Amino acid sequence: MSKPTWKNPIVKWVDHRLPVFTFIDHSLVTYPTPRNLNYFWNFGSLAGIVLVIMIASGIVLAMNYTANTSMAFDSVERIMRDVNYGWLIRYIHMNGASMFFIVVYIHIFRGMYYGSYKEPRELLWIIGIFIFLAMMATAFLGYVLPWGQMSFWGATVITNLFSVIPFFGETIVQWLWSGFSVDNPTLNKFFSLHYLLPFIIFGLVFLHLWALHTHKSNNPLGIDIKGDKDEIPFHPYYTAKDAFGVGIFLLFFLGFVFFAPNFFGEPDNYIEANPLVTPPHIVPEWYFLPYYAILRAVPDNFIDVWGFLPVIIPAKTAGVIAMFSSILLLILLPWLDTSKVRSANFRPTYFWLFWLFVIDTIVLGFVGAKPAEGTWLLVGRLATLYYFVHLVILMPLVGRFEKTKPLPESISAAVVGKDAKESS
Amino acid sequence: MIRLIYKRAMLAVCLFVLFSLINTSITQAAGNSAPPDKQSWTTNGLFGHFDRQQLKRGWQVYNEVCSSCHSVRLIYYRNLAEIGFSSDEIKEIIADVEVPAGPNEEGETHDDGEPIMRPAKPFDKIVLPYPNDLASRAANGGALPPDLSLMTKARINGANYVHALLTGYKDAPSNFKLSEDMHYNPYFSGSQIAMAAPLSDDGVEYNDGTKATVEQMSKDVTAFLIWTAEPELEERKRLGLKVMLFLLVFSAMLYAVKRQVWAKLH
Repeated sequence: MSKPTWKNPIVKWVDHRLPVFTFIDHSLVTYPTPRNLNYFWNFGSLAGIVLVIMIASGIVLAMNYTANTSMAFDSVERIMRDVNYGWLIRYIHMNGASMFFIVVYIHIFRGMYYGSYKEPRELLWIIGIFIFLAMMATAFLGYVLPWGQMSFWGATVITNLFSVIPFFGETIVQWLWSGFSVDNPTLNKFFSLHYLLPFIIFGLVFLHLWALHTHKSNNPLGIDIKGDKDEIPFHPYYTAKDAFGVGIFLLFFLGFVFFAPNFFGEPDNYIEANPLVTPPHIVPEWYFLPYYAILRAVPDNFIDVWGFLPVIIPAKTAGVIAMFSSILLLILLPWLDTSKVRSANFRPTYFWLFWLFVIDTIVLGFVGAKPAEGTWLLVGRLATLYYFVHLVILMPLVGRFEKTKPLPESISAAVVGKDAKESS
Repeated sequence: MIRLIYKRAMLAVCLFVLFSLINTSITQAAGNSAPPDKQSWTTNGLFGHFDRQQLKRGWQVYNEVCSSCHSVRLIYYRNLAEIGFSSDEIKEIIADVEVPAGPNEEGETHDDGEPIMRPAKPFDKIVLPYPNDLASRAANGGALPPDLSLMTKARINGANYVHALLTGYKDAPSNFKLSEDMHYNPYFSGSQIAMAAPLSDDGVEYNDGTKATVEQMSKDVTAFLIWTAEPELEERKRLGLKVMLFLLVFSAMLYAVKRQVWAKLH
């Protein structure tokens, strides 16, 4: 990498003392990128943009929000009615959360399809999982703040999950609540943490990018960059491509903000929180539904069904363990996947397993929205079972027995070859 | 190239199916009550707007019928200007209304246990029918008439549901066990509701000559409640159209830029 020479004397002076311009040049301008990235690679930069949108709109909302159980609901309605363009900022923030998860889910699945988590990008992937966990925590905390019925009851259900921790469970839950139930101190604490966590996400994103720029982007072929012919500078190629992606994304995002702002929300959250009235169905936001389904899939008579297990675990504990391990297992994915080939385009068996896994998580999402009974419960249990079978059993086995297709010699050979074929 | 277009079309179809599935699964979660019929509201669709004449009629229904039990606690009298009332008309509306006064020169808010009152001003919130939930329950046989400000956002299928409920009172089927002091309404959760049918033909007398049928009054008051729940709706959709139009053009330009930049590579 050559050091850029700066003509502007001020830039030159500054860069000599603090090389910010060189840094920007290396990471956004001359940064070498595989020449064959498809549009699924847009979702990384989109996630970064949504994070910025969320922080910016959130800071403005916090200027008008009151974290007090007797005023929170009305302060949000005041933002909606009396603050200039408050409705716009609040709907952007509210729908932005859903957009963040849509973008990040596509980003994660893209990584799984093209094997972006494999050597040498394991840490990049693991940091990504931690970003995802921090996002989930932030979204949950934020959902509590408007102090609607789902805010309150969602907070009650989720915080109670921690009561299954042996010995310290009760203490931990009371510590989370800062009291003996979800109440004013809880709301204050959640507001504080909701403001803090996005900046931790920001820090994690920095590490994520640092790791990314160390070994550069993976690509649809899943083979390494072998020479100058395989790569192009980030600017103007990917700045132009990413900018177009942002345009399309904003159309989608703001379409919801302006024309269906409550599409992703629960009507119950427009009823002020009431600890004395439990809603008939407590449902989390859509992006948590697959995990909610896994949580509730574990049978009550866990010990009878899985009688051969030597440890005695109550159903609720097992459900919580299943839910958390469904995410934490992803940390081990680089080692659970034993195949040397990254891209599913060259892995005929894994190709189908990947899409089955995608369908499985979507099924889990639908199950999570339904009451846990009858057919839905059965479907939820089978889908949960498949989720773990895919990760723990199929991933290691497929890598060992699958006959992969031959990989192209280099990125440029494959891309130029394809272009030649298409134009002929 | 054709394969690529085909693949993208398939992706779009899949996304569409997924979203419609999500949509139906949300609307179906309503529980043990009849699904409300879909009505056409002027606020629906990309060009949704308020019919101010209708909102004024809706306010009249709310004011003369609903407001004896239900509050719209998020609305101020001044807000009525947004649905077409002049400031003189608003003054007329609040002419007989009194609200608790602030502390007087002696710092007292109560005189002999009774709150000191003053005439309402446009900056006051629309007065509540009862001072608190307990008083409200006491006056309504234990049932609590909910606040209506956000009603069309706080129920699944909001406006359609409110209209179906208001017009849906029927005689209970012979095999239905109706509890004491309850009324049969298939659209309410559990099919029985404490509120008696609130609307009857000619229950109000409209100034604009519209015939006050139950259907008409229900439509009008529901439209009014759409406004109390989403007073920003009209401005939101109007601004939204401009933003969408801009983004369409902008994205097309960005696509052209992208094509041109990448043309150097191929």
